[in-house]
Amino acid sequence: MMKKALLIGFTVLFLGVFLVIPLGAVLAEAFRKGAGAYFAALQDREALSAIGLTLLCTAIAVPASVIFGVAAAWAVARFRFPGKSLLVTFIDLPFAVSPVVAGLVLVLLFGMQGALGPLMIKSGIRVVFAIPGIILATIFVSFPFVARELIPLMQEQGDEEEQAAMLLGASGWQIFWRVTVPKIRWGILYGVILCSARAMGEFGAVSVVSGHIRGKTNTVPLHVEILYNEYNFVAAFAVASLLVLVALGTLAAKSALEWKVRNEH
Amino acid sequence: MNLLTRRQALLSSAAGLLSACGGGSGTPSLRNVSYDPTREFYQEFNKAFLAKWGKPVEIEQSHGGSGKQARSVIDGLEADVVTLALAYDIDAIAKKGRLLPTNWQQRLPNNSCPYTSSIVMVVRQGNPKKIKDWDDLVKPGVQVITPNPKTSGGARWNYLAAWAYALKQSANDESKATDFIGALFRNVPVLDSGARGSTTSFVQRKLGDVLLCWENEAYLAKREFAAEALEIVIPSMSIKAEPPVAVVDVMVDSRGTRDIAQAYLEYLYSDPGQTLAAKHYFRPVKGQTSTLPEMQLATVQEVAGGWTAAQEKHFDDNGVFDRIYKPGSPAS
Repeated sequence: MMKKALLIGFTVLFLGVFLVIPLGAVLAEAFRKGAGAYFAALQDREALSAIGLTLLCTAIAVPASVIFGVAAAWAVARFRFPGKSLLVTFIDLPFAVSPVVAGLVLVLLFGMQGALGPLMIKSGIRVVFAIPGIILATIFVSFPFVARELIPLMQEQGDEEEQAAMLLGASGWQIFWRVTVPKIRWGILYGVILCSARAMGEFGAVSVVSGHIRGKTNTVPLHVEILYNEYNFVAAFAVASLLVLVALGTLAAKSALEWKVRNEH
Repeated sequence: MNLLTRRQALLSSAAGLLSACGGGSGTPSLRNVSYDPTREFYQEFNKAFLAKWGKPVEIEQSHGGSGKQARSVIDGLEADVVTLALAYDIDAIAKKGRLLPTNWQQRLPNNSCPYTSSIVMVVRQGNPKKIKDWDDLVKPGVQVITPNPKTSGGARWNYLAAWAYALKQSANDESKATDFIGALFRNVPVLDSGARGSTTSFVQRKLGDVLLCWENEAYLAKREFAAEALEIVIPSMSIKAEPPVAVVDVMVDSRGTRDIAQAYLEYLYSDPGQTLAAKHYFRPVKGQTSTLPEMQLATVQEVAGGWTAAQEKHFDDNGVFDRIYKPGSPAS
């Protein structure tokens, strides 16, 4: 009994120190000069541009993660082929590599001194220090989430239903849409939630390839850093509070999903 | 927030994406890649220039540590003009990036420096550690905040200001000067990558006893954080910091922005430009008189024989800085 209380107490204390107090501090600082200053900071042209860019990156990175994730999980769970475990390891690479390194790789490839950069810049295509680079960096750090969710799920589920469907004469697409997708939809959704949170919050990789051009290549996290560096603390924390909202939204969506899945079984 | 403006922001991002891919046209833009403590100055200067220029144009700013910004331009960050912390960084763009001729410094008055500055010390209210001059920074128990000379231009000026003082004290004995710099950097608990990061470390995060920084950054911080009652200490000697500006030829010729880029930099030397520079605590180079106090200043030419020599000797790999600064060595 004593041990239980101690463990619960410790967990609550830990969460309080590392989560609740910092989140509260962000909100307190954001509203220090009142709601007017808070909303003014969010309607600033550069803040809107940062929000737009972050939404754009997420809107591209999440579908990319879903398509890649389903394809990769399908391949890994349903087929045997040489190098399979190597492939699974590679999918984890973005989790193992520091995001800054991921950004630098893009600079090394697409920068003016890089392997592909000079040719592409000559033909008018700019990747790094422009929006395509930011999207690529976002995709890199967020693509494994759906695959990581689906691979164990599909391995565990097996393919009896699909085989039955095939025996009954269903075509490949029919099997995919009517049998497989309903089986894995919660896994996809779970991956999508985590993937969007990561895509919106990414700082390191995006910072390396952004060039920090105000109103052009700043995402929300980069805009927060700029405002903070300009002694504009209220605006910095106001924009940061959007990221806090995203985090809380993610947590809520995740819990709702877990609750729903548990009740289905 | 109005839904329409949010949608417009999204659309403009999408349009930005398309134009980034296809080189579309719209309002012409001028991009100024600058260093850290010029944010407030260029914000105001850009407005004045736009009013003077009269035609619609969008001025885009990018700020960061000077060395890091130069690196980005070399790697392909599009910049019509660079306004950096020291000549060496623009030299690097000329040499490594081949984006402008190596004689760029001769193309505008005063070695292409439209304003100058210096390095001063900032201490907390009442100057609790009684810091008066460079000697006080090497005393045990004093913590000095300065950014990293590898990435920050301001940090290299900080370093050279201390070096100039040490050379003068030791009658040009370089080994004694090296010891002095070593002792100073042993008192540095953290190296930020840019000048602005150091200022926030010192003021916001309350790290250290004394901040070494640009004169303009010091007065700006004193004004922004009036409640902290920061004090500025002017050392017995310091360095004449000359932040230069240049048009990036290859970029302006490919983007068709040469005229406006040239006019933009020339406007820095005009009366309104110089007045704004003085207002933001830079030292104007002509016409205007500065309200900043007189200081005894050495030049980089006098203390190190110019920037190329200074960079090679002090800041390149295995230079003096690498030999005296060991990260993680116990701060005594």
